[in-house]
Amino acid sequence: MSRWLDVCRPDEIEQEDLIRFDHEGRTFAVYRSADDEFYCTDGLCTHEQVHLEDGLVMDNIIECPKHNGRFDYRTGEAKGAPACVDLNTYPAKVENGRVMIQA
Amino acid sequence: MSVLSKRDYSLLGKDGAAAVEKGLAAAEWYHTDVPRKELKDLMRRTDAPAIRDTAIWIGCLALFGGAAAYLWPSWWSVPFWLAYGVLYGSAGDSRWHECGHGTAFKTPWMNDVVYHIGSFMIFRNPVVWRWSHTRHHSDTIIVGRDPEVAVMRPPAARRLFLNLFGIVDTLTGIRLMLINASGRLHPEEETYVPEEEAPKAILVARVWVAIYAATAAAAVSMNSILPFMLIGLPRLYGAWHHIVTGVLQHGGLADDVLDHRLNTRTVHMNPVSRFIYWNMNFHVEHHMFPMVPYHALPKLHELIKHDLPEPDRSMWSAFSDMLPVLRRQLRFEDVFMVRRLPASAKPYRAELHDIEAPACKSEAGNVTLARCLQA
Repeated sequence: MSRWLDVCRPDEIEQEDLIRFDHEGRTFAVYRSADDEFYCTDGLCTHEQVHLEDGLVMDNIIECPKHNGRFDYRTGEAKGAPACVDLNTYPAKVENGRVMIQA
Repeated sequence: MSVLSKRDYSLLGKDGAAAVEKGLAAAEWYHTDVPRKELKDLMRRTDAPAIRDTAIWIGCLALFGGAAAYLWPSWWSVPFWLAYGVLYGSAGDSRWHECGHGTAFKTPWMNDVVYHIGSFMIFRNPVVWRWSHTRHHSDTIIVGRDPEVAVMRPPAARRLFLNLFGIVDTLTGIRLMLINASGRLHPEEETYVPEEEAPKAILVARVWVAIYAATAAAAVSMNSILPFMLIGLPRLYGAWHHIVTGVLQHGGLADDVLDHRLNTRTVHMNPVSRFIYWNMNFHVEHHMFPMVPYHALPKLHELIKHDLPEPDRSMWSAFSDMLPVLRRQLRFEDVFMVRRLPASAKPYRAELHDIEAPACKSEAGNVTLARCLQA
């Protein structure tokens, strides 16, 4: 059953960037958008399991650092080859000065 | 020392299966540590440099192609054909490459448009080759996995020579275009192109066949090969530059390793070649950080050069080091070059590729020949 997990302080993620968050054998990517919204997806690209933590955030897109696979990190939608399978997404929020994800 | 069997570069062969067993497929590669903030700055996309370069490229194609067609069939047209051919048959390759990565422009449709133009010029199905190049970056020079090995071991000298005039690659491109246009992928393409992508590849191949049919019809009606001099044949008479620069990318270096410093080469080049090649002379940097756009590669080079072998000073210097090794590989295909790292670099990640004690040194003193001991 999913529960809320404490990730970090909001200012530990730069605007238009992401960090990696590992928990109990799972790995996530937690994003902060240009307008200070927070989002969470699986951490590994669905194409070849490369971690997205070194990828590039542009607008609402996370681009995989290895093969240019692109996803909308708000919805997880794959935006074109070589990314063909959507990322799983998880709810994220800021509560009591902490970024939380539900996973 | 164990005797090595001949390399099998087929994607359906035994070496590909062995690479998977050894953990060489889609593995984690060495990369130089770069602070996240600096890497983000380097990866940042912008349209301006590629718009400028594309305007110059298309403008020069129109200028030289127009002048050549105007002067045809006079011998005065030859210099214009030579310039047009390189911009078509070689610059088309680098535009295909960089826009395939989606890094040249910030705006996705601009990458897509130039990618399709470059793909057409270079006879590479844009759908199939997107996946081919993805595999090349996952499994760079992993025997039996990488579909884009230009210089195999032993080197296919005749094939390389013919490809200076685009002959082998173009004939292969035509054959694959016809196979795709008939409604299927080649069995090797099926190993890296997802099934759901096949209809797109088939559609593009059919559009291309229609374009070449229209070109042929124009040639017949004009009773002249002029239409083919503008469309298709430049892939042959303008191919030499992308072959000369392309063989330097990985030729003579290690295979089956997980460290791009061992299997990839950076070469300083003149500004004209860098324009045609879109800075892919910084090839170690490109493979280590493929999301850095071509226009930022010189900055990336400055940032990480302390961890890389010293680049070759020129194409001449690079060929001077590489050609003797290729000659040796004709007899001993397990011989390859290892470039010396600066003292500031981390050691090569060579644990999957035992390297014998140095056999000899090049004249430049910066390169060592080594042999692979592992069967």
